[in-house]
Amino acid sequence: MDRKLKVSSNPHIRSKVTTNAIMMAVVLALLPAAGFGIYNFGIRALLHILITVASTVLTEFLFGLYKKKLTITDLSAVVTGLLLALNLPVGAPLWIGAMGGVFAILVVKMLFGGLGQNFMNPALAARCFLLISFPALMTNFACDAYTGATPLAALKAGEAVNVTDMIIGRTAGTIGETSMVAIVAGACLLILLGVIDLKIPGSYIVSFAVFVLLFGGRGLDFQYLSAQLAGGGLMLGAFFMATDYVTRPITSRGQYVFGIFLGIMTGIFRIFGPGAEGVSYAIILGNLLVPLIEKVTMPRAFGKGGAGHGRK
Amino acid sequence: MGKTNSMTSAGERLVNGLVKENPTFVLMLGMCPTLAVTTSAMNGFGMGATTLVVLALSNLIISLLRNIIPKKVRIPAFIVIIASFVTVVQLLLEAYLPFLNDALGVYIPLIVVNCIILGRAESYAYSNSPVSSLFDGIGMGLGFTVALTCIGAVREVLGTGKIFGAKIMPQAFTPIGIFVLAPGAFFVLAVLCALQNFVKIRGARAGKDTSKIGSGCSEDCMHCGEKGCGKRKFYDDDDDLAVEDLSETEDAE
Repeated sequence: MDRKLKVSSNPHIRSKVTTNAIMMAVVLALLPAAGFGIYNFGIRALLHILITVASTVLTEFLFGLYKKKLTITDLSAVVTGLLLALNLPVGAPLWIGAMGGVFAILVVKMLFGGLGQNFMNPALAARCFLLISFPALMTNFACDAYTGATPLAALKAGEAVNVTDMIIGRTAGTIGETSMVAIVAGACLLILLGVIDLKIPGSYIVSFAVFVLLFGGRGLDFQYLSAQLAGGGLMLGAFFMATDYVTRPITSRGQYVFGIFLGIMTGIFRIFGPGAEGVSYAIILGNLLVPLIEKVTMPRAFGKGGAGHGRK
Repeated sequence: MGKTNSMTSAGERLVNGLVKENPTFVLMLGMCPTLAVTTSAMNGFGMGATTLVVLALSNLIISLLRNIIPKKVRIPAFIVIIASFVTVVQLLLEAYLPFLNDALGVYIPLIVVNCIILGRAESYAYSNSPVSSLFDGIGMGLGFTVALTCIGAVREVLGTGKIFGAKIMPQAFTPIGIFVLAPGAFFVLAVLCALQNFVKIRGARAGKDTSKIGSGCSEDCMHCGEKGCGKRKFYDDDDDLAVEDLSETEDAE
């Protein structure tokens, strides 16, 4: 009798999707934002990006040498470095990206066990580390191209802003956050490729918009609302950082809860907080709540714990 | 007990407190002041020295009174003794070192509930002779002082570029502000802890004896790493349990 069934251990369903391919897609999707940053802020932005990516990749490589397990080929360090660089103001000293890169990979990612084990988004944790350590350097957005405050800071001070410029990206800000068009273009690519879906970004942006309408103090002022949506790191955070596979909830309902939480927290930070921006702290806080959110929203297994069985 | 014997015991207690059972890096006790006041080397040193004085004196007095203090009320008795010394030390600090008193703030009165002091009173001073208890207190206090000064020094150098208030880093160095804030304390404590574990593990691999000094049994089996010890136990055999106490009072009523 010839064997028609091949018996093997799991996993039985194999997929062509690899970590490597996903990371490559994210890098590609970030290129429009990075490209616009270089066009907008000049060659110094490119230097920032190169130094930060080199720092994350080198840190991961050296740690891999020490642990005798090289993991740089999965490209996750490149994504972390690129995201971190897009979160830096162009006028900051060049070593700041290098230091942030070492912190992101060594402290936040590798010491907790590497990719898949980090409880926070490494790029955002590094940004917060830099923001707390060097508040003056990290919030100085003056550069050759722009001398004024960021649109969000101007908005907070009650000044008028040009929303068209904000959507295209011709404003002061961090390297990669200014252009809503470039970020959304990259995000569309990720959505088409199936790397991310709209659950987290959608619930994040919608809940933030509702929060701004309710508590922004401007009523139904769509000029103000669209400026809040297009300004700062909201789009970059919603599409590229809140959707990080490692630090988002795994359950579908949990992802909505996560997105709504981020929207509310960002609104609180931006409207009631002392600073103009709050996306990074909102996402970091959300990351910390992920295990709890997953615990509450875990779907019930079929046939278990129904009405007749009584839940524990 | 001969004089030489008590002298070796004294030296052994000092080494034990400084290295083998360092309260901060090995026993992980007294984390609250460790994390909160070590924003500079001077603050760390001041906190450590203050604790050292209280620890040594309270250990001595508790050991002297160990046969008088009834077992059932020993914890309140310890607290009263410790609190008295803390009050004395705080008044002295206010009078002679007001800047340190201001810098340490509420953490001086909180020495009363520092678990190193209560821990040593309970696990060592209550069952050992006054001389070795005094040296146990000094050793533990020194270990705490060294640890806090180290943490404070690293945080001060990275966070402000200074050490003991004197600038040592070059002009080009930008202070990394996070190190004088709360997260910095956790980073530095973790890294120093990992470093001393690294050194100890490497020492153990090289064949050095890193187990505790055999004769220095502190009767503290909870924190003792000694394997194959015949005395191993977690509670005193003759210790009355709280439940029994309760039933006795109920009967009396």
